[in-house]
Amino acid sequence: MKVRQISIFLENRSGRLASVLKEVGRAGVNIRALSLADTSDFGILRLIVDNVDKCMKVLKDSGHTVSVTEVLAVEVPDHPGGLAGILDALSEAGLNVEYMYAFVCRATEKAVVVFRFEDVNAAIAALKKSGISILPAEVVYSL
Amino acid sequence: MFNPQAEAMPVGELRKLQGRRLHDLAKRAYDHVPSYRARMQEKGVRPEDVRHIEDVAKLPFITKTDFRDQYPFGMFAVPHQEIIRIHASSGTTGKPTVVGYTRNDIDNWAECAARSLACGGATAADTVQIAYGYGLFTGGLGMHYGAERLGAAALPMSSGNTEKQIMLMKDFGVTVLCCTPSYALQIAEVAAQMGVDLMKLPLKSGNFGAEPWTEAMRKRIEELLPLKALDIYGMSELAGPGVANECLEQNGLHVFEDHFYPEIIDPATGEPLPDGQKGELVFTCLTKEAVPLIRYRTRDITMILDDGPCACGRTGRRIRRLMGRTDDMLIIRGVNVFPSQVEDVLVRIEGVHPQYLIIVDRQGNLDTMEIKVEVTDSLFSDEVRKLEALRDKIHHQIKAMLNVNAKITLVEPKTIERTLGKAKRVQDLRKLT
Repeated sequence: MKVRQISIFLENRSGRLASVLKEVGRAGVNIRALSLADTSDFGILRLIVDNVDKCMKVLKDSGHTVSVTEVLAVEVPDHPGGLAGILDALSEAGLNVEYMYAFVCRATEKAVVVFRFEDVNAAIAALKKSGISILPAEVVYSL
Repeated sequence: MFNPQAEAMPVGELRKLQGRRLHDLAKRAYDHVPSYRARMQEKGVRPEDVRHIEDVAKLPFITKTDFRDQYPFGMFAVPHQEIIRIHASSGTTGKPTVVGYTRNDIDNWAECAARSLACGGATAADTVQIAYGYGLFTGGLGMHYGAERLGAAALPMSSGNTEKQIMLMKDFGVTVLCCTPSYALQIAEVAAQMGVDLMKLPLKSGNFGAEPWTEAMRKRIEELLPLKALDIYGMSELAGPGVANECLEQNGLHVFEDHFYPEIIDPATGEPLPDGQKGELVFTCLTKEAVPLIRYRTRDITMILDDGPCACGRTGRRIRRLMGRTDDMLIIRGVNVFPSQVEDVLVRIEGVHPQYLIIVDRQGNLDTMEIKVEVTDSLFSDEVRKLEALRDKIHHQIKAMLNVNAKITLVEPKTIERTLGKAKRVQDLRKLT
């Protein structure tokens, strides 16, 4: 029932996230879900992957600070108020949620990742230029 | 001149006085401080061998380590009932360097601090704003006693609360300012924000010290404040501020040689160097009673100027503005900081030796200190608030130990540059030369 999650310490510096993900990809490890917690100085990348031990080895060998945490994956009913209902139940049980994030889900054939950019317009321009398709807002709302 | 008889004493007479005082000092140290006696016996020198000031070279050196080994009162040469004051400065291991004062010591120190103020033309008619910290640090109380000895009105502001400093400076008609040079610039900056025109105030001189500064800073201070900015030298082991001070010629700091005998040595060999050559500054405190100080290695790099007598008439030789340090000590906003102290704090927090780097800079007019700490597996937590708590804990302990507000930045392992053998611990980005 427990899921092993890998946490990686990241400096808040350009290229750090890319460097970690490159190591993971090179090792043939596939990411199932991820979340990034960040402050102005540093961040913590949390990953659920298909091969925890291999991923840990790769990251340790490349000199990263990593740890394994046990988490629970909970099925959330896919309707309005579904998540709120679960949180209510946890709250009634007096359980505190340290953090939470959504699994990368699939819209038809493609996974969808949500990004936040400092300069949205510049990001749209850059993504379009690279031929990367951006889902229209109404499509995201109806996922 | 506050005491022309002493400050302008003919050189021949001064050397004779120094010789007599050195003999008495050597005898006091030999008779009452076991570590001095042992050190002198080791060198085969007895007090009766010390008759002239030139004989100082026969005596052994002492260092900050001697103070640490004799912590707290092992260097004291008088019974405790004769001690009327104790000061302390930060040391390399968290244990402070402790100095005691007899009534005569306090008197002599006040005399020298009064001479320092008079170097800038201060008299009994002046109001002296003392914005050095009051407390264990010798800056505040040292200048305070000096101002009172001069007969001037001492305004004991201590450091901080800049708006109030400026308000009282203006309302009280302050004429003399004592603080660190960077704080003088800070005062100028805040005054500008407050709309106070400092150039219209009756300020005439400033005794600035306790941290390294430059001619460029002097120029800036004199552009922003209507005063002559003078360099003052001292350290708690010697007494405190007032060991040497610039006169209005602004060409080196006159040492008050009837109390403090300066030498310049080669820091590697300990050999005395002639005037005009750069080396480590060594002081012998000729009149000190509570803690006799013989050939104390200050670790400050400077030279004794050999460009002839000074136009002001003082005969005490002049040392140049400090040119550096022989060790890795940093002076941040007037506070002594050793990298090993930072290391101690980090080791105590997690019991490990993390890699760290101290970055010192000067933003605007104030020194800043950042400490980068590599996050190892044992320090790492999966939760942001725990890492933030770790960062805050380091910040608080550094503040408690060093009295410096440092920005703590957690960084990834292996990101701090390593050189062969020894990791680089300090990056000083301040432009001081």
